Amino acid sequence: MVDILRNYDVIGAFWVTIQLSALSAVGALVLGTVVAVFRVSPVGVLRLLGSLYVNIVRNTPLTLLMVFSILGLTYILHLPFSESASRNAYWWAVVMLSVYHAAFVCEAVRSGVNTIPAGQAEAARSIGLTFGQSMREVLLPQAFRGAIAPLGSTLIALIKNTTVAAVILGTAESAGTLAEVTENEGASLPTFLLFALGFVILTLPLGIAITHYSRRLAVQR
Amino acid sequence: MSEPLVVLRDVNKHFGDLHVLKDVNLTVGRGEVVILIGPSGSGKSTLCRTINRLETFESGSITIDGKELPEEGKELAALRADVGMVFQSFNLFAHKTILENVTLGPTKVRGMRKAEADRRAMELLERVGVGHQAHKYPAQLSGGQQQRVAIARSLAMDPKVMLFDEPTSALDPEMITEVLDVMVELARSGMTMIVVTHEMGFARKAANRVVFLSDGQVVEEATPEEFFTNPRSERAKDFLGKILTH
Repeated sequence: MVDILRNYDVIGAFWVTIQLSALSAVGALVLGTVVAVFRVSPVGVLRLLGSLYVNIVRNTPLTLLMVFSILGLTYILHLPFSESASRNAYWWAVVMLSVYHAAFVCEAVRSGVNTIPAGQAEAARSIGLTFGQSMREVLLPQAFRGAIAPLGSTLIALIKNTTVAAVILGTAESAGTLAEVTENEGASLPTFLLFALGFVILTLPLGIAITHYSRRLAVQR
Repeated sequence: MSEPLVVLRDVNKHFGDLHVLKDVNLTVGRGEVVILIGPSGSGKSTLCRTINRLETFESGSITIDGKELPEEGKELAALRADVGMVFQSFNLFAHKTILENVTLGPTKVRGMRKAEADRRAMELLERVGVGHQAHKYPAQLSGGQQQRVAIARSLAMDPKVMLFDEPTSALDPEMITEVLDVMVELARSGMTMIVVTHEMGFARKAANRVVFLSDGQVVEEATPEEFFTNPRSERAKDFLGKILTH
């Protein structure tokens, strides 16, 4: 076990996992919120775009998105992020994780919006707020508070889904390193448990925090 | 009548097959207090909500202070800022404090500075008697207090006219009075008001005119005294007979 930690950069691999998770979480939250606003907007075209996005992205395997980012977008369409193959794969992984999880964030936020009584939006409109202002000031703040639990589940799923990025990042992140260790040292239960523990450390405190805040920040009606 | 402020001409609206507003004509003068009354399903709430386009309508026209109601977008938002609305279920912004509820419109819509908006909001909250609750959240207040805050929130926009959609229907009896007192005071201060209500005491005390609706039509218009003591139409007589027997 100590040998594995000494011979392989397990900590460094988990650090990449954390970076991927944090960057993609921000990307998914921003993009998902925009798509959610599209989906509840009064403009039909935007609603259509929003639901197309969700239904296409949500039903595409993440592995396929990852492979497409390199084989399709980088090699065929020539859209690299960087000359360096590893940097290019890193940023494409962030983008694809963001794009994929944005669909789930959108649905979480939208269900949050749906829990808000219709009167809140009517009151916002009747004091003269525009659609954008109503969203920003009245609906989204309440929607996020109502959607903390599903948003949290999406975030935990995102952290674990960063392992899919191994298909393009190779050994740079934790799942890739696990594969490398297994290949070189043979499969062993302690190795699996070590990596599993790494993910538990990342996700368990998050789950507890989510439960805490989903209660504390709930909107009292 | 004083100079007309709200003018509805031949307004028609359907909910699917149901014809809820049938060629409604109504003129409300500046400073006038008009009560909309009628049986359940008569279209009085719909009519009230149509005036600031929370409900759309198919034909006819509605003008406020000479300006035609815009269909949507920024112009409609600007017009709504001049039309106060008080709802049956209060609809205070649940995630904001009482003070923030009142200052949101003035700061975001009118571009008022926060300090000025706070000062003015406190004045209004004092006026409706909930100044000491300014830093609480809506859920911590009673229904009557919430409704008075909702009135203050509308007043903060300096509206030209205020719409009240059954403002006391969701309140316990002892809280109705505190809300009606604020409304009577408002009426005396010269505010133009269109009020959907069955509170006859309020109508007699504060209203200039009662408009009786039935099946989406204006059936009768009269002063409160005349309407309640001597209704002309059969439908009004029937309706008053039902609500006055208890």
